[in-house]
Amino acid sequence: MSPQRTEKIGKATAAMVTALVVIPIVLVIAFIVVNGIQALSWEFLSQPPSNGMTEGGIWPAILGTFLLTIGAAIAVLPLGIGAAIYLAEYAGDNWLTRTIHSAIINLAGIPSIVYGLFGLGAFVLFFNMGTSILAGALTLALMTLPIIISTAEEAILAVPQEFRTVSLSLGATHWQTVRHQVLPNALPGIITGVILGLARAAGETAPILFTVAAFYLPQLPKSVFDQTMALPYHLFVISTQVPGMPLQIQYGTALVLLIIVLFFVVIAAVMRSIMRRRREW
Amino acid sequence: MAKPILSIQDLSFLFPDGTQALDHIDLDVQPNGILVIFGPSRSGKTTLLRLLNRLSDQIEGAQHEGTITFHDRDIFARDVDVTRLRRQISMVFAVPTPLPGTIFDNMSYGLKMAGERDRDILEERIELGLRQAALWEEVKDRLDSSAFALSGGQKQRLCLARCLALKPEVILLDNPTSGLDPISTTIVEQSLSELKEQYTIIMVPHSVQQAARVADRAAFLLDGKLVEVGNRAEMFINPTDKQTEAYITGRFG
Repeated sequence: MSPQRTEKIGKATAAMVTALVVIPIVLVIAFIVVNGIQALSWEFLSQPPSNGMTEGGIWPAILGTFLLTIGAAIAVLPLGIGAAIYLAEYAGDNWLTRTIHSAIINLAGIPSIVYGLFGLGAFVLFFNMGTSILAGALTLALMTLPIIISTAEEAILAVPQEFRTVSLSLGATHWQTVRHQVLPNALPGIITGVILGLARAAGETAPILFTVAAFYLPQLPKSVFDQTMALPYHLFVISTQVPGMPLQIQYGTALVLLIIVLFFVVIAAVMRSIMRRRREW
Repeated sequence: MAKPILSIQDLSFLFPDGTQALDHIDLDVQPNGILVIFGPSRSGKTTLLRLLNRLSDQIEGAQHEGTITFHDRDIFARDVDVTRLRRQISMVFAVPTPLPGTIFDNMSYGLKMAGERDRDILEERIELGLRQAALWEEVKDRLDSSAFALSGGQKQRLCLARCLALKPEVILLDNPTSGLDPISTTIVEQSLSELKEQYTIIMVPHSVQQAARVADRAAFLLDGKLVEVGNRAEMFINPTDKQTEAYITGRFG
């Protein structure tokens, strides 16, 4: 076969495979949007469920998901970025560092239900936090930690070496170099990783199943030691556990969860491009 | 002869992979004037420069032997403050590398890292540095614009000015005109010929021609060994060593 011909075949195959990946995703999203859009109303977003969850809204679950995500962010940011700084800037190339690296990669691959069970054992029972927002947020933080460490470390290593050398040559210490050159320039990448990690956390059911999520709560949580409803678990409940559930509410809930997760992803993209534009090199 | 400001004794340097970059170098650097360190690529010039302000510390697993003294003090001694040493022995690199940020940010960076907060002192030192690097007139009205908006030649003068703002004693220049056009190169060389009255300049040149133009003294390095060192006339008109002669007349390199 001529090179021109293989070029054409190669190009067509790649395009087809891409379409095969993209089309189902678009279909899923379109299906949820079409079926769920009628359910969306101010009442649906602002009211608690009523009448055995077959009527009313999903506000407690939306609030719970935001609380859990923010809680996870607060816990994971200093830990994840701190660990990434250590690994990228200070840890030498030795067996310990390599072990830590492979541990992080393996942690990222652990099924989320395992994190859920660990959270139950460690936070809920051993540290006696009970099923609470605190325990759930920490479990979600733990689950996103490997993703955030990996992306933050990559972002830090992607900062051009010359900036470090120049900074040191002007009499800055290693820490000053990290603080004033490396981190500001790695920030767009770090933030993208953090937000994508949190987007995943917002949509997870298994880690919150045993640690925080409530089937139904008549009132909103008052402190971090309270249980809360959360969107992914609520969706699971109304899809499988409640007989006579109107389909519209199920799809409406799925649509809200989808929008929240997409919202995170869009924020990540926008912040990244704004910061990229501000820091040109 | 005056007392040397820097004295290199029996200096060897091994990269982590075992490559010997420098092989028992002995070299005294007199205060003021321009010392040019020249030789073919991979002869150890840059490595030697980077040892002088301990940027070589960055190479994990590298080893050195021998001593370098700055004002009679061993720069590798435990109690040496490396950040202070690097402010006293400052460096300009081959590729002009502004830090992300404004011209002002670049100029004030070293001083701020040293703990200087006084705005008046910062501004005074910034103006001094930019004037000495012949850049003040071009940028004085736009210190708050990005350093990346400058032309290649301006960027390199900014890098020089950034060092000068620290009031160093020694300036290391690693092929500072490599990416510059002839006009920018001339401007940089002119600045250097004025600066050498006040500063000790050690420079790796872009070419033998540049070495012969700017040098007061010159050292010829070959395969990590110091072949010959002497003042300009000796080195470029009447070198004693056959290898030096072969290199400067273009028979190899």
